[in-house]
Formats: sequence, structure tokens, C-alpha cells
Amino acid sequence: MHPAFSVVFFTTATGAGYGLLALLGVLGGFQIIPPDFWLGFIGMGLAFGLIMAGLLSSTGHLGRPERAWRAFSQWRSSWLSREGVASVTTFIPAGLFGIGWVFFGRSGGWVTVAGLLTACGAVITVCTTGMIYASLKPIAQWHSRFTLPGYLIFSAMTGSVLLNALLQGFALGSKVQLAACLLLTLFGWGWKVATWRYNDRLEIATTANTATGLAGGTVRSLEWPHTEENYLLKEMGFRIARKHSARLRQITQLLAFVLPLGLLAIVSALSWPLAALLSILAAAIQFAGMLVERWLFFAEAKHTVTLYYGR
Amino acid sequence: MQGPPRGANSAPSQRPLADTRAPDEGDGVDTSPDVSDSVAKTTCYMCACRCGIDVHIKDGKVRYINGNKDHPVNRGVICGKGSSGIMQHYSPARLKKPLLRTGPRGSGEFREIEWEEAFSIATERLSAIRRTAPRKLAFFTGRDQSQSLTGWWASQFGTPNFAAHGGFCSVNMAAGGLYTIGGSFWEFGEPDWDNTRYFMLFGVAEDHDSNPIKIGLGKLKARGAKVVSINPCRTGYNAIADDWIGIRPGTDGLFVFALIHELLKAGRVDLDYLLRYTNAHVLVVQEPGAADDGLFVRNADGNPLSWDRVAKRPVSATDADAKPALTGSFTIGGRHCVPVFQLIADRYLDESYAPDAVAERCGIAVDTIRRIAAELAHVAFEQTIELPIAWTDWAGRRHETIKGRPVSMHAMRGISAHSNGFHTCRAIHLLQVLLGTVDVPGGFRFKPPYPRSAPPGPKPAGKTVKPMTPLDGMPLGFVCGPDDLLVDEAGTPLRIDKAYSWDAPLAAHGLMHTVIRNAWAGDPYPIDTLMMYMSNMAWNSSMNTVETIAMLTDSDEAGNYKIPFIIYSDAYYSETVPFADLVLPDTTYLERHDCISLLDRPISHADGPGDAIRHPVVEPDRDVRPFQSALIELGARLGLPGFINDDGSAKYADYADYIVNHERTPGIGPLAGWRGKDGTSTGRGEANPDQLQRYIDNGGFWHHDFAEDQRYYKMANRSYLDFAVQMGFIPKAEPIVFQLYSEPMQRFRLAARGHGPVLPPKGDRERIETYMDPLPFWHMPFEEAVVDLGKYPLHALTQRPMHMYHSWGSQNAWLRQITSQNRLFVHHRTAAGLGLVDDDWVWIESINGRVKGQIKLIDGVNESTVWTWNAIGKRRGSWGLKDNAAESNRGFLLNHIIGDQTSADAQGKRYSNSDPVTGQAAWFDLRVRIVKCAAEEAGFTEPQFERFQQPPHFEPSPDRLTFGAEFRRAREATE
Amino acid sequence: MTCLPSQSGKKLGLVIDLDTCVGCQACVTACKEWNTGGHMAPLTDIDPYGGHVDGVWFNRVHSYEHTTEMGGRTVNFPRSCLHCETPACVTVCPTGASYKRASDGIVLIDEDKCIGCKLCSWACPYGAREFDSDVGVMKKCTLCVDRIYNDNLAEEDRVPACVAACPTSARHFGDLGDPQSAVSQLVAERGGVDLMPELGYRPTNKYLPPRAHTNRAASVAAPALEPVRAEGGFLGWVDRMLSN
Repeated sequence: MHPAFSVVFFTTATGAGYGLLALLGVLGGFQIIPPDFWLGFIGMGLAFGLIMAGLLSSTGHLGRPERAWRAFSQWRSSWLSREGVASVTTFIPAGLFGIGWVFFGRSGGWVTVAGLLTACGAVITVCTTGMIYASLKPIAQWHSRFTLPGYLIFSAMTGSVLLNALLQGFALGSKVQLAACLLLTLFGWGWKVATWRYNDRLEIATTANTATGLAGGTVRSLEWPHTEENYLLKEMGFRIARKHSARLRQITQLLAFVLPLGLLAIVSALSWPLAALLSILAAAIQFAGMLVERWLFFAEAKHTVTLYYGR
Repeated sequence: MQGPPRGANSAPSQRPLADTRAPDEGDGVDTSPDVSDSVAKTTCYMCACRCGIDVHIKDGKVRYINGNKDHPVNRGVICGKGSSGIMQHYSPARLKKPLLRTGPRGSGEFREIEWEEAFSIATERLSAIRRTAPRKLAFFTGRDQSQSLTGWWASQFGTPNFAAHGGFCSVNMAAGGLYTIGGSFWEFGEPDWDNTRYFMLFGVAEDHDSNPIKIGLGKLKARGAKVVSINPCRTGYNAIADDWIGIRPGTDGLFVFALIHELLKAGRVDLDYLLRYTNAHVLVVQEPGAADDGLFVRNADGNPLSWDRVAKRPVSATDADAKPALTGSFTIGGRHCVPVFQLIADRYLDESYAPDAVAERCGIAVDTIRRIAAELAHVAFEQTIELPIAWTDWAGRRHETIKGRPVSMHAMRGISAHSNGFHTCRAIHLLQVLLGTVDVPGGFRFKPPYPRSAPPGPKPAGKTVKPMTPLDGMPLGFVCGPDDLLVDEAGTPLRIDKAYSWDAPLAAHGLMHTVIRNAWAGDPYPIDTLMMYMSNMAWNSSMNTVETIAMLTDSDEAGNYKIPFIIYSDAYYSETVPFADLVLPDTTYLERHDCISLLDRPISHADGPGDAIRHPVVEPDRDVRPFQSALIELGARLGLPGFINDDGSAKYADYADYIVNHERTPGIGPLAGWRGKDGTSTGRGEANPDQLQRYIDNGGFWHHDFAEDQRYYKMANRSYLDFAVQMGFIPKAEPIVFQLYSEPMQRFRLAARGHGPVLPPKGDRERIETYMDPLPFWHMPFEEAVVDLGKYPLHALTQRPMHMYHSWGSQNAWLRQITSQNRLFVHHRTAAGLGLVDDDWVWIESINGRVKGQIKLIDGVNESTVWTWNAIGKRRGSWGLKDNAAESNRGFLLNHIIGDQTSADAQGKRYSNSDPVTGQAAWFDLRVRIVKCAAEEAGFTEPQFERFQQPPHFEPSPDRLTFGAEFRRAREATE
Repeated sequence: MTCLPSQSGKKLGLVIDLDTCVGCQACVTACKEWNTGGHMAPLTDIDPYGGHVDGVWFNRVHSYEHTTEMGGRTVNFPRSCLHCETPACVTVCPTGASYKRASDGIVLIDEDKCIGCKLCSWACPYGAREFDSDVGVMKKCTLCVDRIYNDNLAEEDRVPACVAACPTSARHFGDLGDPQSAVSQLVAERGGVDLMPELGYRPTNKYLPPRAHTNRAASVAAPALEPVRAEGGFLGWVDRMLSN
């Protein structure tokens, strides 16, 4: 699949944004993070910013963005529509929670409820995003049991690391929070490695034989219907060399998991402002790493239409 | 539905729904949009197939084109090109106005001129030629479907130097067939698709008869008949063959002889058929060294004789009551003689034609050859069919049924385009005749006006050429011996293309591919003006493109071009237009009149003759004229006898006027339908002023269906022969005898042995002796015979893709999307041996040069053969293509490395790279090697040529096409 | 509505005969020509005369080499929308632009609702949908819905353009939901197959596989030729035949 930046950024940014939003909703709602205007303002602003930037970016993939509102109508069948509905719906409790927690400096009562609802909305939204990909049967690498948990794990991981950076920035960092980040990053790493291993060993039942209905033996593409690249090949015929892919997997592991783990481990031994600085660095590096991960998520996904083209 | 289903695609599984009322879906879809304001029925011209089309016009534009269900050629289907006609019509490469060259030849610098100026320039130039030396005008047309006009124009002008493109396309097939059975493959005959049970298809590439063949293959598939293809490439039609025989190029003749060998050995030939319809029993003089050696034994009336094995005496070969011998050796009047069939048996029973002897060279297993021979025999002799229809033969013998042997054959370009193609084509006809499958149920069938006598009628005119004097006939015809050649006393050719000379004695279609070289070299003489129509001679229609371009632009010491003046007519800015001094812009096929005439290549099928017209269905939006109308005007301005009235005024207003009113012989004109003042005559009759309208009213064509008893055995069917005489197809209702042994060819051989008044120059004698063999034989293709096969181990072929065959597809926005880069297809094992992998860039090298392209690995090809799609490579600046088009950056043209001449012989003479009998261009003799190119050379083709300038007022081609949006807007506006 | 109709009245579709297709591209351009002025007009071509030409087409023909232990063959393979019974391209559509008609099963796009998210093209395993970047919406085969019911066409012409054009009669059209229809019977007779049945889209269009060939069609089981064993060999045989 073509790793269009608009979509790569969209899923990465909203994943992190909803992760952060969910954590703020729960931790803020239960006063684990006490109300603080600037912390709240920056934290909620960051979450909203990532979500809005992601959603905005996703419209860059649309041919007719001015009609995007229509996407809310088909929630009964379409995960994309559900994602739209969930993401927008989440803004309601999130807005209320933001007002209560940030502007009124309150928690408990309706703010707690709003915070919990926000967290639920965020989790649901991330689930719907994951399901957009996980539901696509023509792409075996996506249509697997790894995809939906992956989206959730990475959302939690990036959200948590962002939250840590935020808290450390306000010198409110905690060992528990750091431990959570380390654990989630380790878990994310493991999940990603397991996903890759699964995909590399994937035996896909759909082959050039089943694609053409020609049973037995080998089916080899002789001539395409067109000699230049068409929409199908540009959108779904993306190919990445094995060597290139291995390199990018290493970069993903380094940026998304290894460096953040190292930095956060060091953070645990440091205090403000160095701890804050390294925490922010860890979040930024991880976000960059997740962009590479998401790029690979698309680039390594093979659509069945490529079978028709012998790719 | 009203009436029975029409058209080829009318099986129950191809018909409309039983109820075609739109369901009440409620989705707002307009299921009944208005389609067209009018439908014009005319004839397609996207290739030479001549299909009937329905052109739907909406708001003055072509909305879409579909096949005419009633048309005898395509019966409603339409090919990939036909549906893309819109894009040809609205092509950005279309010329707009007459052009006069201003820059150097080949630069593309022109100024626009008015038609008046164009006509006066041409008239002045051609008048001077006609007054002094008419042969200094060489007039060659390309994909011309109006040869009966253009040839006649040349004849009226007085130049023998006329031909169309058949010399580099089809003449081996035409001559091979016409000299043997009086008819030929391609669009002049067809397998009996409804009855054949075993179909053999020879040779690569598409065909002139493309839709009929496809419809026919569909029928064979539906009936479960066996399809065998003999073809180095497993593409297109061959993909659906039951049996693909990936033969080595140029060896089809050997394969066929091996089949004949097997059939003879097993006694599986149709002796009765041979006796009745061929010259198998005619006696041939066997007196080596004598002047009549190899000629037929004739009686006082000149009729060939045969030997009556019962009466034990010579009898006229046409004596229907005789019992002629097919074998033996006789002495008549002191001359030793044998029947033709004895010679055939002697030659092909020889072990040199046994499967074991040819298998390796052909690349076909011995068992396969034996199996095919057995299958042929089995179907021909054990699965005979009999139609319960009585008919009467030429001798008045009544036959209660029509018997058939359901084996049929068809041969395409792969047979034609070799230097041994003439003999190979004759070999295939010989095989058909031995099996008794020509014009019988289930066999190969003639399409009227064929069969004609073998060879047909008139000889080529041009022996005497005088100023201001028409020729005494048409420039192209059929020679029967050295006396008919167009050579002077020294044996020097009289035609610029050397057709009908010792170089190419049976050159029935001329040799267009030699004209530029010969005119440049002044060999046999210099010319003044080269006038061409619709042929891309500075690119894909020439061999040796690089040198051809140099010859077109070469000048003498005084700085004058060696080919002094070039007039060219085309509708598009091709690679040839920039080399013209004067350009006459043609219309597209949707803007013109044409006739698809029985005098040329009509739309007949085996069940009856037909012809058709084109008529303007849209108005030209620019200052262009149909070439034929321009030619008629030029003829009148020049005062050519056939084109002016007694008072000197123009005889025909335009081509349409000519089509209706011209009579070639009294009562016979370009169109056969609705003749006579009231339109009631067929074939012969006075001109009918309403004739074109009658054609238009009938869907653009005329067709006559034979009576049941006229449909087979046309070579000897009295009812058919009488009809053919009435139509003017043949002069007399005499049987057409298949010439298995060609006496005309033996006459050339005798001349080579020093007999007769017209003798070949000494240097040509061995060649004539060898190749003018009266029985078909196989010889190695010329290039293969001289090159170091170790150095050039591969055969290289080209095919036009089906969606571009005979069409200028690269300017067509739709067709070029399918193919805008050609690859060289290389067999996996061959590539592995050379260390090549898919997508590698390679140099393709021949003794004539090298060209660079990208390869694609393939299994379905003869291992010693590489091939590519032809004419995809284009020169920058032509055809309205942008500079970055794949066609001129990655596509390549194999023509660059195909020599236009043979290697020098012992005397240092170089002949055209052609068949020695007919002069047919030997495109497929090419031998190459392929070499992986250096890394920095990959990714772009070479050689590259300078970009052409664009003609004045040419707009850049659009970046986006939204054809059809306007129809939708109009629909939605009215809702 | 992108929920699928519970049941469609008819299952209109195509049957494509791979045994007969010669890859001539006739159906491809006939489709392009009709549809570029039809229901989804235009089928835009970007850079039509340049080096990056890319147009919208509803029907494309590939060629393959199929090699089995029986030998190799070249197969030409037309590919277009299969009008599936459970088309995910419809259910994934967030706007309701993509839909399956309840009355005849044709899968269509309502261009006015399409936001051009391209997800339907991702959801289609067959590559049947092509995006028109010029207008920003997805386009696809309509099964010539503006031909098959068109009162402005002669009744005999109310078939998809590709079926009307095909010179080798390799394309068929009808109601595949009716086991008695000519197309259903053709499929039954010739063992028509689904493409990628394992994905569960339940395509309506069927493909007729190339008939098995072993270099010997069943119709010709010819005994090997034996040389004539007469006195005098072949020539003796000729004489004897003529004397009979």
C-alpha cells in the first residue's frame, strides 16, 4: 500500500492524541493528576492538537474534502464512518472535561464522568481506526489479530510517553508513570516484533492462481493492461525492497522503542529540568519512530490487486 | 425482442434481459439517457479490416462508435481500435492546413499555405515532369484503400512508378496464392468457420481480416473444433490454440513439406480432387538443356495435355471424360514427359523432407510433425462432410451433394515477411490442395471476386513510357514469363522500385520499400518528385531507418536534395511529414467519402460479394481535404485524360462524384450495388446518381448472397462462374485450374539457362535458376544464410499489438495507454544463458546496427527467437506526443537494425532485402544478439533522433482529457 | 446506504470465457468509449499524450503465462467489477456513495456523495475501482446500467458495451441469480469459477477456465500414419487408386 503521508501522520498523531486524551480523562477525572490550569491547558491542548492535526491531515487524502461531513452517515456498516462519529462524539465529553478540569479547576462529579467518557470515547475511536485496517480482507498484513491491539497499544504507549513528558515538564513526574511508560514501550516493542514475525511468515491463501481462477501450477504476469503506472499501482502497488524494509525496521525499533526506553530509564535517575528535557526528547523521538512504523505498516502491506500485476 | 437476433454476439447468453424495463430502484440513476441525435452508418478505417460502424452523433460530436450488426465483415462486433476511433478523430497530431517546407528537410519547419498555392506548386512541378519524362514521378501510397483510383491516376499520368504498400506487407501471400490457386489468404479468402473441424493458423501477427478471424475463432471454440497454431510466439490468437507449435522463424515451409511427405507416403491425398481441379495430371517436358524443358506439353491449340491411362494416348488436360495418369513417364512427339504429380511425388517423398530431416531445423519434435500429419489425414479423410445441396460443375456434371474435407488453413504475416515467403505460401496452398480442402465445405474458401485464373489477368503496364501519354494499362499486374518483365534490353529495370525486373519478377504489389534508396542512388535512374500517401516511410514503414532518413535529406555537390521534391499527404504529423516539401493534409475517415471496391479489396465474404462506402459523418473543423479528392483535382489541373472532359473542364467534382460516375470498363465502376439509372442493376450498369444515397440507406454497404449451389467449388462451379462473368470478375466461364506446378516460373528458369529473347544479366542467372523453381521448395532466409550464426544466434521478430494493428495508435490517447513502451520478449532459458533478468536493458545488435531496449522474460516463444511490439517507439516531436512520452524515451523501433539490402553477392551486387521472387520485404529474416548494456546506459532507448519542430499553429497537446464530460453536462442541464 | 440489501431481486453480471479471449482489448476500449460519455462521465485521462499517462478505465485486460505439468499456455484475462454479493467496497464506504442495488445487484457509486477517501478501492480485492483525481471521486463499472435498461437504445443493444463488442464472443451477460438463465447454464456447463473465493466476497461475475489441453484435442484421436504397403510404394498406390 502506498504510504501516503497524510494517512501515516493521521493515524500516528490521532493515536498519540487519543492516548493522551484518555489518560488525562482518567487520571484527571480521578484527581490522580490534580487540576492545574497550565498543565491542563497544555496537556489538553496537545491532545486536541494532535487529534485535530491528524484529522485535518486525513482530509488531505480525500478527493472531495468539502463533503467530509457525509462520512458520519454510514456508521452501521463502515468503520471509517464509525471512526468519524466516534472521534467527533468524543469531543463532547472531552470538551466538558476540559472546561471543568482546566478552566474550572475541578475534578470529581460530572468532571470525573466526563473524563471517563472521554477516555472511553478515545479508546473507541482508536479501536475504530484500527478496525478500518483490520477489516480489510484484501490486505493480509492488516487483516490479522495483531492490527487492532497494535493500534491500542501504540496509542497507549505514545499517549503515556507524552503524558510523562508533560508531567516531567511540570516537575510532576512519577516513578509509576515512568514505569508505565517503560512497560508500555517494552510491550509495544514486543508487539511490533511479533507482528513483523507473523507477517513475515504469513501464508496467504490468496494467490495469483485464485486471483485468476487458473488452478494449479504457476501463474506469471506477462503483460499489464497498461504500460505506465495507473491508480491501482500508485495507490496499492507500492513495493519496498527487502533490504530497505529491514533497515527501516531497525530505525523503527531504535526510534520508537530503544531510544525512548533508554532515555526514560535515565530520566528515572534525574530530576527537573533534565528529567523534563529528556522526557520531551523521548516523546519526540518515539513519535518520529512511530511515523516510520506507520510508514512501514503501509509500505509492507500487500494488496491482493498486486497479484494481478505480478508484484 | 423483435425479429431474430442479429449479429455475431447473439447467443442466448449475450442477449438483453428478458425484461429490459428499469427496476424501481429509487436511486435516481438515469437508466435511459438520451444517447445520440443521429446514427451514421459508415466504414471503419482504423485498420484494413473494413468493418461496418454505427457512428453515434450527439450535439455535433461523436458520442460513440459501435459495430454494425448487419455488416458482413464484423456483424456487430468492433475491435479495440474501432472503439478508439474517437481519439484518432480528435487527435492533437492532426494537420490543419497545407504546409510548405521552410527549413531544412527533416526539421519540421513549415509555413502554412492555401490549397490554391499547394495545387499550383504541385501542378507546375508535375506538369513539367509529364511533359518531359513521366517516369520521374514516383507515386507510392501506403495504407491506401483507393488503389483502383490511385493506380489509375498514375496510369493516366503516364508513370509506371506506382504501388501501394503491399510490397512490404502482403505480396508473398498475394502472389503465392494467386499464382497457385487464383486466390489468396488474408482478406481474400477465409476458412469455412461454420464447418471446419481442424484449423491451422500459420505465422505471427494480426491480420487484415482481424474481426472475421476473431469471430471465426469464437465459432470454432463454441463448436469444439481443433485449433493448431504454428507460430514462434504464443500470443493473441495463438493463446487460445489447442496446440501451439512454437516453430523457428522462417522454417514453416520445411514443416509443411514434412507434412506433405508424411501424407504422400501414407497415401493420404485426394487424388480425385487433384485430377478435377489442379494441373497435377498435366504433362511436363523433361528434356534437360532444351528450350522447352519443364514446360507443359501442349497440343496445336496450345492446351496442355495429359496422358489418358485407359486410352493410352495424350488427351487435352481439360477433357472432362479422360482418365488422366498422375504418375509415370511418357514420350509424346519424341519429347520425354511426366505428369506434374510425378514431379511432386519425386520431390516431396525425398528423405530430405522427412520429419527426421527437418525437425531440428524447425525446432519441432519429429513426433509432433507425424502427429499433425496424422490428424490432418484423419480429419480430412475420416470426418468428411457432405452438404445435401446439388450443384453442377463447369463441365456440366451434376453432383448431388457438396463434399467437404473439414481441414482449413490461414497464414499471416509471419509467412509473408521472409525471403522464402513466396515458396512457403505456395507450400501451404499445395498442402491444402493435396488434402482437397480448397473451396470445399470445411476448408479454405474464396471470397469473390476470387478465384481468378492463376495468375489473374492483366500484365503490368509500363514497357513504353511517353510524355503526355497514359500507360496502356494499370501499373500493377501479373507476369507470365520474361517477356512480361519491365526491363530494358540490358536487363535494367524500368521501374524505380525494380518491380517486375530480374530482381523481383513476380512483384505483383511493387516494392515501395526500395523507392527511397533507389531514388536517392539514381538507380536505375533519378527521379524528380516522390509523391506518397499515408505511409510512414521515414520511420516504422522502412527498413534501415537511420540510413533512410539520411537518404531523404542527402544532397548533391550543388546542395540540391538527391530526391529533389517530395509531396506527402497524411492526416497526422507523423515522422514522415517533416521530410516533405509539400504537405497535403488529409481528413480523417469520419470526414470523407471512400469506396471499398470490388476493383480493390472489397468486403465480400465467401457466401457472396459486397462493397461499401465511407461518407462524411462529421464536418472537418479545419482546412483539410480528402486526399482522393485532392488527387482528382490535381489530375484535372494537369489535364490527365481520364480526369477532364473534352472541353478541358474537370470531369469529377470530387471523389464522391468519381465513385458514382467513373466507369473502368463500360458498366463497371467502383461500386457494384444499385447500378443503372434506376438502381436496379447489380455489378454492371450505368451510373446511378443516387447510388451513394442507396448505400447510405442500406447501412453503408452492398452485399449479395449467393444461391446455395454457388457457395463452394467456385473454381469449377458453373453457376458461380457464370455469375462471376456477369459481375466482371473473370472474362470467361472457364474452370480455374490450381497451378501446383507453375509454368510461368519455369519460363524464367529457362531464360536463366539462355533460352528465349529476354534473358537475365549473367550475374542474376543463378539466382533466377534457383528461386524461380516451378514447384515450391525451402531455402534458408537470406540473412540467416550469410551471417555468423554463432555471433547472431537469435531470430528477431515484431508484431503489431492487436489494439494497434494497422492503426497509428501512439497518438491515440486511449490505445497508447495500453502500450506506450515496448519490451523485447526473451525466453526464460535464453535469458538465463545470457545472464539476463526481467527488466534488464539490452543492446539488440544485428549486422546492420544496434538499438537499445528493455527486456521481458517469457515462456511462450520459440527459444531461439526474441520479439517485440512493433512501431511503439516514436521520434520526439511527432504524433503530438510530449517529449517525455515513453514512446520516444523507452520504446524502441527494431526497424533501425533491419537492413534494407542483402549482403553483397560474389559480383558485389546487393539486392533489396526481399523475397527473390516477389520482392516482398524480408522483415523477419533478421538475426540478432542481445547484450546487457552498461549500468549508465540503462533506462533510455537509443538511437535517439533530433526532435522535430512543430508545424505552425500546432497547439501543445492537452494535459488532461475529459472526453464525454460535455455529454453528461448537456444531459444534466436538460433534466 | 452502504448496508447491503438483504437480498437482491436479480444478480446481474458477466461471464468471461478465458478459453476464447485473445486479448484484443476490444472490450476495454468499447467500455471506455461508452462510459466516458455515460453514467460516470468522464473517464478522465491525465497526461494523455505524455510520459505519465494515467486514465480511468472500468475494464482492463491482463495476460499471464499459466504453467502446469500439462504444459504452458498464455491466458488473456479481462478484469472488471464482479458485482459481488457481499462487496466490502460497499460496506466500508463512510458516506453511502457506494451501494449495491437491491433490484439487480449492480454495485454503483453515487458520485455526489463520494468524498474520495479511496477506502472502497482498498476494500476491493480485484482492483475494480479507479479514482478520478480530476474530480476527486471514485469510479467503477456500472454494468452499463445506462445501456441495459435504456429506452433510447434499440432493444437488441441493451447489453453491456463490452459484451456487444467482443469479437470472439468471450463475454456473456445475464441474471446469474436465476439458475435457468442462459448465463447460469453456461457457467454450470463449463465449470465457471469465482475469483478469490476464499475472501468471501461472493462475486457475481464468473470466469470460464481455459479448457484442458494436452496438445491433443479430444476431437482428433488420429491413428498414426502408416506408409502405403503396396507394390511400387506410393506411386503404385496412386495407380491402383486411379484404376479402381
